[in-house]
Amino acid sequence: MIEYFAIFMGVALFVLMIPVVYRIGAGPTPFDRMLAVNVIGTKTAVLLVIIGTLFDRVDMFVDFAIAYALLNFVSAIVVSRYLNRTISLDEMEAKENAKKIKS
Amino acid sequence: MSLDQTMFIPVLAESLQTTSSPTPLQFFGILLGLLGLFFFVGTAVGMIRFPDFYTRMHAAGKGDTLSTMLMLSGFGLVSMEDLSMGSWLLFFKIMGVVLFIFITCPTSSHALMRAAFEDDEMPMTEKDLKKPSAKKK
Repeated sequence: MIEYFAIFMGVALFVLMIPVVYRIGAGPTPFDRMLAVNVIGTKTAVLLVIIGTLFDRVDMFVDFAIAYALLNFVSAIVVSRYLNRTISLDEMEAKENAKKIKS
Repeated sequence: MSLDQTMFIPVLAESLQTTSSPTPLQFFGILLGLLGLFFFVGTAVGMIRFPDFYTRMHAAGKGDTLSTMLMLSGFGLVSMEDLSMGSWLLFFKIMGVVLFIFITCPTSSHALMRAAFEDDEMPMTEKDLKKPSAKKK
């Protein structure tokens, strides 16, 4: 009973991840892609606990889930800071033009 | 059944042979897991159908956090077969993951939203809807 429930939850999570993966491929902005990656990373922690339930080794797989959630959080923060600091090509050209006008 | 489906996973084959009815605690865990799956359906539909980055972030940030917390606490209850010391330890470990996700998931959503807003990603307004030639964002 419990095992069938775990298998059902795992398969349903996997099927529902397909739209999110579509958003990674077709997202118009890089933030959309990063958001979808973040969602999938969070769901992978749940998937690890489900696998642990199936193998009767939840105590071991929970540690993997903690590590994965931490890594996911750090990657989301780092990428958002990175995307924040980058300036687009138009802004760079505008800055160079402003320098030329000054000199 | 000519082809044994579980023959590739021997551990699974052993556990599938023992069919035991769930305890009330496990039944409650199953209920929580199904509720979390419902919220994740909302997240997946929202990620596809919403037109704007901020609305997609609304769907993903809220639904993802709540569904992950519900599913993890559901599996924490499901894995408690008896009320021994090891089961309690495992339950509190899973609750630690739930607490961690409760703190970090909104934080990363906020950081992403902040980065998008400072990168001049404007939310969709009525003007964008009126112009059919406008670039979809």
